[in-house]
Amino acid sequence: MAKREWIYGWLFLSPALIFLFTFTHYPAVNTIISSFFSTPKGRRPAKFIGPENYQALIEDEVFWTVLENNFWFAVGTIPTSILLALAMALWVNSQLKGRTLARMAYFAPTVLPLIAVANIWLFFYTPGFGLIDQLRGGLFNLPASNLLGNPDTVLAAMIVVAIWKEAGFFMIFYLAALQSIPPVLKEAADVEGASNFYYLRRIVIPLLMPTTLFISVNAVINSFRLVDHIFVMTDGGPNNASSLLLFYIYETAFQYWQTGYAATLTVVMLILLSILAIGQFFLFDRKIHYR
Amino acid sequence: MTETTVNTVNKKNLGRRFEFKFDFDTVLNTFAMWLLAFLWALPLLYAIWTAFHPAAYETRFELFAPLTLDNFVKAWNAAPFARYFLNTFLLVTLILTSQFVLCTLAAFAFARFKFPGRNILFTLVLLQLLVMPDILIVENYKTIRQLGLVDTIVAIGLPYIASGFGIFLLRQTFMTVPSELDDAARVEGVSFLGLLLKVYVPLAKPTYLAYGLVSVSHHWNNFLWPLIITNSVETRPVTVGLSVFAAIDAGVEWSVINAATLMTSGPLLIAFLLFQRQFVQSFMRAGIR
Repeated sequence: MAKREWIYGWLFLSPALIFLFTFTHYPAVNTIISSFFSTPKGRRPAKFIGPENYQALIEDEVFWTVLENNFWFAVGTIPTSILLALAMALWVNSQLKGRTLARMAYFAPTVLPLIAVANIWLFFYTPGFGLIDQLRGGLFNLPASNLLGNPDTVLAAMIVVAIWKEAGFFMIFYLAALQSIPPVLKEAADVEGASNFYYLRRIVIPLLMPTTLFISVNAVINSFRLVDHIFVMTDGGPNNASSLLLFYIYETAFQYWQTGYAATLTVVMLILLSILAIGQFFLFDRKIHYR
Repeated sequence: MTETTVNTVNKKNLGRRFEFKFDFDTVLNTFAMWLLAFLWALPLLYAIWTAFHPAAYETRFELFAPLTLDNFVKAWNAAPFARYFLNTFLLVTLILTSQFVLCTLAAFAFARFKFPGRNILFTLVLLQLLVMPDILIVENYKTIRQLGLVDTIVAIGLPYIASGFGIFLLRQTFMTVPSELDDAARVEGVSFLGLLLKVYVPLAKPTYLAYGLVSVSHHWNNFLWPLIITNSVETRPVTVGLSVFAAIDAGVEWSVINAATLMTSGPLLIAFLLFQRQFVQSFMRAGIR
């Protein structure tokens, strides 16, 4: 019986495992192997070149620019969108007037394709013509701005777009967690005469910690994964000021066809993702109150 | 079930408390909530405004500006959107059905059977939540090319059909099926497959709905991988079609581009407005477990 059980187990599992290994584990391992080989060209197959790709990586200025951009993109989007998501969830979960409409407004960007979002915001940012310049010109009489054409402002402009797209999504998770907090706690706090702010700070936020961990892991992954908007808005420019790591991988592999080097870049991405995921786990572990 | 009771209690309580709360705090919070909601709605409302008005009103806001559907007609005629929609529809259907079948079988195996290597394999499944096919584009392209499937709709879907997230979600649901039900069915001589289809799957319906909505919206919106793997009208999904259309910057009017943008997100946006509650609950259900 027990023996038959595990044959069935494997039988049910195998179709999914075949696809999972073919398109996730095999390519992940192969990425690491490819990063030590040159790019195959025409009839010349890839040949082993040791750490040469990694040496090129260290000397590649674009790589460091892109990495720095990705860092600032993550720093710019993650805390802000988590804080906004928490505020949104608290408001929507309260009894304030108009909360249904607010929930709709907060969540709508989540169902839009990022590529559509980028189109909408591109129009917003259009120099001299988009809504932002209309407001600047109309209200403050300022000259036309070119937020996307200026290396100093382009990344900030992209961060705003990412926050707009993501915050409503994270709100949902907080909303779910808030609804699972027993109302008795609020009553007890009221009886003790605790202020709303005290209740929020000492009871609600600690109870939300597991959700915050979940959201922040998601947010970190997203800060590497979301690059669709770059294609529409800037193509990485000006002067790579808005290029992110995954976009650079795409460019290297599918525009310059340097697949060996692209594999090396992907390895960097895999390492960063692992470190961040593990790091977050340990960072939050001490602050989480499991029930 | 417990959730509803908690909710009713919650509402009663809040209602009672609310009578005393017409204070500065509430006013301030309401105002902040509205302000943020307005800011959040603004980009979308602006796009809707330009899409439904003649180009002359792109930046002129008059209450009685003439409404028009011309922009949508122009966009529809300027690119093969009908074909793009068909492609996306086929793609999403293909992915969803395959995911349901594969993930159900795998989740059942993890939840119901004990076999050597189960924990390691489950860890490997969970690993996909971190290392997604989205970032393995270079190697997956090589694989698809070796399979001779470049520029097909199947190729867009293949990397995603064994979803670690789906397996995890369904396994968590299947674990809650009471073992009495399971035993009873086994005593009656039901096969394992029958057990899965007659007991487990019906009990997991809400999870299927939740996962289905999340999956459809994710793959409807996906862009990078379809962009890489497709290069013809016959295979391109709407997201890639839209980017191709908007990239021809030879004087396509903004109002037309915005109309195309709304058109491509339209089905999901309308579905969201109609089924708002289910959507939000689905995303919640898919997220918390």
